Amino acid sequence: MSKPRYTIAVTGLNAIDSPGPGVAVIRGLREAVSFDVRIIGLAYESLEPGVYMDEVTDKTYLIPYPTAGTDILFDRLMYIHTQEKIDVIIPNFDAELYSFMKLENKLRDSGIRMFLPTFEQFEERHKVNLSEFGKKYKLDVPESIPVTDSYEIQKHIAALDFPMMVKGKWYDAFIAYNAEQARTYFNKIAAKWGLPVVLQKYVHGTEYNVTGLGDGNGNTIAAVPMRKQYITDKGKAWAGISIDDPKLLEITRRFVSETRWRGGFELEMMKSSDGKYYLMEINPRIPAWVYLAVGVGQNIPEALTLLALGQNPPAYDKYDVGKLFIRYSWDMIVDRSEFENFSVKGEL
Amino acid sequence: MKINPNLAVSESGFLFNPGTGESFTVNPTGAEIIRLLREGLSLEQVIDAFTEQFQVDRHTFEKDLHDFSGILKTYNLLEKDE
Repeated sequence: MSKPRYTIAVTGLNAIDSPGPGVAVIRGLREAVSFDVRIIGLAYESLEPGVYMDEVTDKTYLIPYPTAGTDILFDRLMYIHTQEKIDVIIPNFDAELYSFMKLENKLRDSGIRMFLPTFEQFEERHKVNLSEFGKKYKLDVPESIPVTDSYEIQKHIAALDFPMMVKGKWYDAFIAYNAEQARTYFNKIAAKWGLPVVLQKYVHGTEYNVTGLGDGNGNTIAAVPMRKQYITDKGKAWAGISIDDPKLLEITRRFVSETRWRGGFELEMMKSSDGKYYLMEINPRIPAWVYLAVGVGQNIPEALTLLALGQNPPAYDKYDVGKLFIRYSWDMIVDRSEFENFSVKGEL
Repeated sequence: MKINPNLAVSESGFLFNPGTGESFTVNPTGAEIIRLLREGLSLEQVIDAFTEQFQVDRHTFEKDLHDFSGILKTYNLLEKDE
């Protein structure tokens, strides 16, 4: 029986030292057993490696940054749609999700499907709101306080103590060991990602992450926990191993059923020395290490695509434990004309 | 003393704890001790087995085994109630 062939557009092609998830998502899609794919890359920069990886993207288009506004993004997506007849878009950046969520209905009317969290889910899990989120769903979270002025740091020192985490609302996190460092990181993060900046109680322990997929009705379609084996200076895993931890999976299922989470996600957890798990962050999209989940038997990009298309993929109930992913760098040789084409015409 | 039953132990002395993702390597002596403990031998029986098989005096081995079991406990490689 022949398989259907879907045209799927994917963002996050920046497979660099702090990689976007796009290339890993595409690898999962290309290994899907229930459909074939034509992959359309959506890139914000002309030097995103995925643009030039022929085995990854069939065609790539430049798209405008979220700051350009949703109207301009919509117009660009409609142009690409007329060329490519897109079935599904999988956005992979936190900072772009809001724009795509705003466009979800308009895009659906044009025949493009997505499977994204709701606005409520997106907002309440935001690290700015994490303390409230923990209380509401009875999940242990470290105390988090959003601040909009570096002078506010002083009054929260007693509650948080040092070291404390200083986090950007989208990306970046630093450990501050004194007030001076906290103020420096505050200014650095505020300049890059805007306000508020989040101060968070530091939790000593081992970091574990779970990637998964919720169907929007409270069911967990996929969940794979991983321990980071090695991290870069930006805190990104460059190696990790799948583990069997019933407690982590129980927390994940509770998170999905309580929030009725819709879409892919990553839970960043910290296991303290007394064995207690703290939910540090909820990323409302598929993480860059998702290919480990694919490799151990849970193809999250495939299942997410099926959900976006209105189908009901069965929930994965097992995965291989003790499998590692090890990330590596790879230099491509690209002709100047390709770079020129993409930079000038915005498509390749 | 019982070894965590989920612990994966290879003949090379490579240990993998699937619950935490941690891995360790032990030398052939450590691997043999773990093998015997997994077979259900008590610490006393492990001491008997080693002192019969190898040229080591009971007191020295007992002390080393005590240190080794402390390490196993520190790294959560024993059963939970141990």
